[in-house]
Amino acid sequence: MWEKFGKSGKRRWQMKNKKMNPYLAGALVGIVLVLSVIVAGKYLGASTTFARGASLIEKAVGIDYSKYEYFTTKKEKYGPSSLPNWQLMYVIGIAIGAFVAARLSGTFKMKAVPETWKNKFGSSSIKRWAVAFIGGAIGLIGARLAGGCPTGHGLSGLSQLAVSGFIALAFFVIGASITARLLYKDRRG
Amino acid sequence: MTLLYGLITGVVFGFILQRSGILAYEKQINALRLIDMDVFKVMLTSIIVGSIGIYFFKDMGVITLSLKGTSIGAQVVGGTIFGIGWALLGFCPGIAAGALGQGHVDALFGIFGMFFGGAIYGVIYPFMKKYIISIGSYGKISLPQVLGVNHWIVILVFSILVLVAFIFFERKGL
Repeated sequence: MWEKFGKSGKRRWQMKNKKMNPYLAGALVGIVLVLSVIVAGKYLGASTTFARGASLIEKAVGIDYSKYEYFTTKKEKYGPSSLPNWQLMYVIGIAIGAFVAARLSGTFKMKAVPETWKNKFGSSSIKRWAVAFIGGAIGLIGARLAGGCPTGHGLSGLSQLAVSGFIALAFFVIGASITARLLYKDRRG
Repeated sequence: MTLLYGLITGVVFGFILQRSGILAYEKQINALRLIDMDVFKVMLTSIIVGSIGIYFFKDMGVITLSLKGTSIGAQVVGGTIFGIGWALLGFCPGIAAGALGQGHVDALFGIFGMFFGGAIYGVIYPFMKKYIISIGSYGKISLPQVLGVNHWIVILVFSILVLVAFIFFERKGL
């Protein structure tokens, strides 16, 4: 599958930068999930890596991570000794894959502040980065409490028809769509 | 080998999502504003294909499920908190890594924030475990189990509902 897409797609995208149809992309992602479970026995997920990363950073800077139950529970499932693991490599791989695809298609662009944000909140990078940092922190707290993110609960959870996945994804979207609407509400009328 | 599988899976995943265009902040935030549904088209299609594949190979005895425990408290409260963060950052954790790969510098600050959030969760976990996760905790349950019907019926009904949603999106030009 990789060969086919890399090679036949490369030439075409370099010329036209044609976007992949979302339904086709979704079908391919579904196949990737199933293959991953068959070959490696791994369901896709991402958010746990950041909690594990946090414990690793604490360890590196000399904070006693073991005083926090979360990082020692379940044989340090979320502790520093769990890294490196499959999921960390998966998350790093996403960045690499996106970088390669962006370069091949000529769509790679360093951007400090997204256009949509700029039009609404101005071009200050500091402001955007601060909100991104806070959003990331809030998001991770929520994901760890919920037990997963849109990949772990959404894609992997719903593909298994898990009750937890249905509830989590519904509230992800409810929380996010209300917040997005409030953010981009037209104050000037 | 497991590490290599993880890396390869991530690369393919990131490659596909980049080509579909949904890694861009604009796509993400407009999906959350419910005015451009491409992100949800990708997500829901992957779930349909994924569920068919997962249950087919489970029935064949090739794979086993790995369900996450259901806790009404954790998923309702945590889900809503996650949603607030998702909209503020504009990327969910996996997407943030991909967005960084295609040059979104703000995604990097989101990732720094996620590490910080992970540390905070370490501090507040005992409280959450005692007061939130304990609410409506039912363990590892699936929808077919709860409904007491065959999983293929659930997949069929779910697929039809998603298909109806897709037809609606396309008619409205979302």
